[in-house]
Amino acid sequence: MSAAAHSVVEPTPASKRIAGAIIILYAVVSMVPLFWIIATSFKTPPDSIAYPPKLVFTPSIEGYCNLFTTRTRQTAEYIASLPPPENFCDEVTRKRNMVIAGPSNFLPRFVNSLIIAFGSTFCAVFLGTLAAYGFSRFKVPLADDLLFFILSTRMMPPIAVAIPIYLMYRELGLSDTALGMILLYTAVNVSLAVWLLKGFIDEIPREYEEAAMIDGYTRLQAFRKVVLPQATTGIAATAIFCLIFAWNEYAFAALLTSGTAQTAPPFIPTIIGEGGQDWPAVAAGTTIFLVPILVFTILLRKQLLRGITFGAVRK
Amino acid sequence: MTETNASLLDRAAQAAARSTPEPVARRVRGLSDKGVAWLFIAPTIVLLLAINIFPLIWAIRLSFTNYRANRPNAEVVNVGLDNYRRILTDSDIWFAMQTTAHFVFWTIVLQTLIGFTLAWLIDRKFRGHAFWTTIILVPMMLSPAVVGNFWRFLYEPQIGLFAYVVSFFSGIPPTDIQMLSSVRLAPWAIVIVDTWMWTPYVMLICLAGLRSIPDYIYEAAEVDRASNWRQFWSITLPMALPFIMLAVLFRGIENFKMFDMVNLLTGGGPGSTTEVASITLKREAFEKWRTGFSSAFAIILFVAVFGLANIYVKALNRVKSR
Amino acid sequence: MKSISKCTLGLASALLASTAIAGSAQAEDLTLCWAAWDPANALVELSKDFTAQTGIGMKFEFVPWTNYADRFLNELNSKGKLCDLIIGDSQWIGGSAENGHYVKLNDFFDKEGIKMSDFVDATVVGYSEWPKNTPNYWSLPAFGDVVGWTYRKDWFEKPEIQAAFKEKYGRDLAVPATFAELKDIAEFFQGREVDGKKVYGASIYTERGSEGVTMGVMDVLYSYGFKYENPDKPYDMEGYVNSEKSVKGLEFYKALYDCCTPPGASNSYMGEGIDAFKSGQVALHMNFAFTWPGLQKDEMVGGDKVGFFANPAGPDGEKFAQLGGQGISVVSYSDKQDAALQYIKWFAQPEVQKKWWSLGGFSCLKAVVEDPSFPASQPYAKTFLDSMAIVKDFWAEPSYASLLQASQKRFHDYVVAGQGTAKEALDGLVKDWTEIFEDDGKM
Repeated sequence: MSAAAHSVVEPTPASKRIAGAIIILYAVVSMVPLFWIIATSFKTPPDSIAYPPKLVFTPSIEGYCNLFTTRTRQTAEYIASLPPPENFCDEVTRKRNMVIAGPSNFLPRFVNSLIIAFGSTFCAVFLGTLAAYGFSRFKVPLADDLLFFILSTRMMPPIAVAIPIYLMYRELGLSDTALGMILLYTAVNVSLAVWLLKGFIDEIPREYEEAAMIDGYTRLQAFRKVVLPQATTGIAATAIFCLIFAWNEYAFAALLTSGTAQTAPPFIPTIIGEGGQDWPAVAAGTTIFLVPILVFTILLRKQLLRGITFGAVRK
Repeated sequence: MTETNASLLDRAAQAAARSTPEPVARRVRGLSDKGVAWLFIAPTIVLLLAINIFPLIWAIRLSFTNYRANRPNAEVVNVGLDNYRRILTDSDIWFAMQTTAHFVFWTIVLQTLIGFTLAWLIDRKFRGHAFWTTIILVPMMLSPAVVGNFWRFLYEPQIGLFAYVVSFFSGIPPTDIQMLSSVRLAPWAIVIVDTWMWTPYVMLICLAGLRSIPDYIYEAAEVDRASNWRQFWSITLPMALPFIMLAVLFRGIENFKMFDMVNLLTGGGPGSTTEVASITLKREAFEKWRTGFSSAFAIILFVAVFGLANIYVKALNRVKSR
Repeated sequence: MKSISKCTLGLASALLASTAIAGSAQAEDLTLCWAAWDPANALVELSKDFTAQTGIGMKFEFVPWTNYADRFLNELNSKGKLCDLIIGDSQWIGGSAENGHYVKLNDFFDKEGIKMSDFVDATVVGYSEWPKNTPNYWSLPAFGDVVGWTYRKDWFEKPEIQAAFKEKYGRDLAVPATFAELKDIAEFFQGREVDGKKVYGASIYTERGSEGVTMGVMDVLYSYGFKYENPDKPYDMEGYVNSEKSVKGLEFYKALYDCCTPPGASNSYMGEGIDAFKSGQVALHMNFAFTWPGLQKDEMVGGDKVGFFANPAGPDGEKFAQLGGQGISVVSYSDKQDAALQYIKWFAQPEVQKKWWSLGGFSCLKAVVEDPSFPASQPYAKTFLDSMAIVKDFWAEPSYASLLQASQKRFHDYVVAGQGTAKEALDGLVKDWTEIFEDDGKM
């Protein structure tokens, strides 16, 4: 047999099968922690800390009940004196000699995450598209240096950025506000957005808009009606990146928010039971928190792949 | 400050308008090109000036003082280069830098080896490779803080899944696998989680590199009867090298800044075994509130990563142009 | 199928309930900030009376101990308006008073006839005064707390265990009178099978991030003869912090950590301690007194199975315990200071304080704790009084956070990571602390 049969250009069926097997094995193993998060969220607290770790268990939503409520320990007599439980959460809580005292802070923190992540993504993509168009179509002096400098602000450790921002926000009254966080995340993301989108817009031939302008469009109209529709894929890819960053961000949120505008990432690690962390509740919070990102990853995988490889290749 | 900004922007806009062909500029109705350039670029520049540049300048200013953010009433004294001198001679800070270097080095080595291997295998284009690629990507989309926190549970010596699985294969009792408590194991605990999360990223960039190699080069090698081994070493690897180096650059910068995952997983412990630079910085800035001192440290870190990245990019460009 | 629909229903109702309550929060609601722990839940219960009387709603912001100082000092330093009332840790008082985070309460106390002499003296000094031992009050003592020990009484009473202990150590197994005895007991239980389960000696504080390991080490150091400073010369620490006795104490703590703690207990504080004791892992358990009501009520290890004792004595017979606990203060950045003061006025009433104790809150009011029926009111009440009688506290200087960070690092590096010697750790600590006081211009 000649070496041609083993060429990289067209791998042999056997080498394909082996490659496939290794990749699938890796994929499955790397999914185990994620699977364990979801499984733990449906365990009861005793099941979650059982030794050996339980693979088979009766699912329960106690973790989700604990995630959304705060509970206090009471005497059995007191619990017996209460009216019958209103719902499932009431029932499981009472079985542990506790009663629900009120809602937990998880929901407001989750809502904060939604507002701040989507708000900042919108702003970053909006500003980024405009600026990218500006950089792409007009000769801006020192454009390359300016672009590189914009990007290099991302090299600073977030804690380093947070020190002056903390002082500035304190003076401006922006500490622990959604507005402050949206501004900050927008600023962090806009550098990436400009730079990614400039690449996408550079690929759109100038002749299209110039033709449109000769037809009587103003530059703004040409931008809106000709360039924007062409750039949709790029805008979508950029938006996902900005969203993932803003959704997952921890350091700024932990240092610059304390309650009112706190997002989910600094909150979830502080979910505790009577002692240390209440792992089923933490897992439940983690699961709910991961769902939007998982959905995005699967729905928009093509744009995502394009964005990552594109970003890398350009740099 | 504002005046210089305004004039800078003005000049930018003028230059932009100048560069646009005369006839087009004259013909458009509504906003002139100069106006459009203004309108489009200015908001971003203003935002970056306000949130990135102005604070940076403030931090540089603070780094020469003994300012403490928790003492609004205390007198602020100029200490010159004192903060910088103290940082560069502080053995704890050097230790943190070493810890960071160790973390960056090993995560890069592992992620590059595994990531490149995965990319090379995926490039075989077996059936369903697109689907499995997407699955492999999932860990890098997750929040390092939230998932890092959960890894503490996986690492629990007795009830944790990690210890259980390792003890199942190695026979070591699970109570002895103290990933987060043992001085020897904790640095590896953070390397493992980072590798789990970010290998997919390296893989993806390597994959882009492999796919950029034109088929005709391999075809030519076939004609020359070069062995697979030869082809790999003389075509695949050198041609994918710029991409691998890029992946190394990105991961290097990211892990140099590492805070969230390590903070939640070990908090720098046990002792100071896993205290990477960002954790030291956080302690100085937001727990001891030595704002001036920590600003100086922040500037040093920034200059270090910026300088290293620039040297690296030069090397990268040399490889590319070869 | 039925259980799934039940689950969905439960989930939906939990969601609904939380939105409904979150939505009903009014502008006049007060937000109280404290740590997330048992007493906080008791305070939620207690505060329902306040809302019923005044119509002022209460919202709560509770943060776990390991993030508590970090989060709320950050909040105060950023002049945040999140908290109207804050139950801040005793050591924050210096900084919060000097930097104007708290409202000074002297005038308010005078106007409302609240007398600090009605509260236990150690708590007034510890939680309310700055500068210490001057009548300048920044908070009302809210929750008395001190480090002590719980032990498995049921294990101590097993005849076979008693016999085995006597054989090994030549004395009866009983509550330890000295730290050396305590270590014997911990060593004895470490790895032993009790009720068919492998158990461990003791759960002690080793946490690195906030204050854990310091709070634990200090209990031993005080009793071994550690002093913060020269009594005649403030801030002179050489030979006091790093005295030979202190070195012995720190070595003891490391030995206790090395020999007798459960696996993986390298970052353990109050929560982890509770978990270790409740899951039946340990015979002895160092923790703040706040954990005692919950453990007493616990179905698994509570009731007759749990006993309490104050810190045992050091080699010279000295006995001290680390003070915990907090006072309640009004945040000066709050827009609702009047309502917040109203809450403090309500909280200071003797009958409210009595109910506070019955719900599991350690009241600091003399009328409650000096009542003749108090020591017998709960199994742990006497241990609480004994412990409160021997308290010492960490530095409460405005630089407390830096001082604490230094000791956290030195102690954790030595005790848990095993770096250097005890002498080196304490010498280093003197150096760190001296530097901090020099920066402050105190030396």
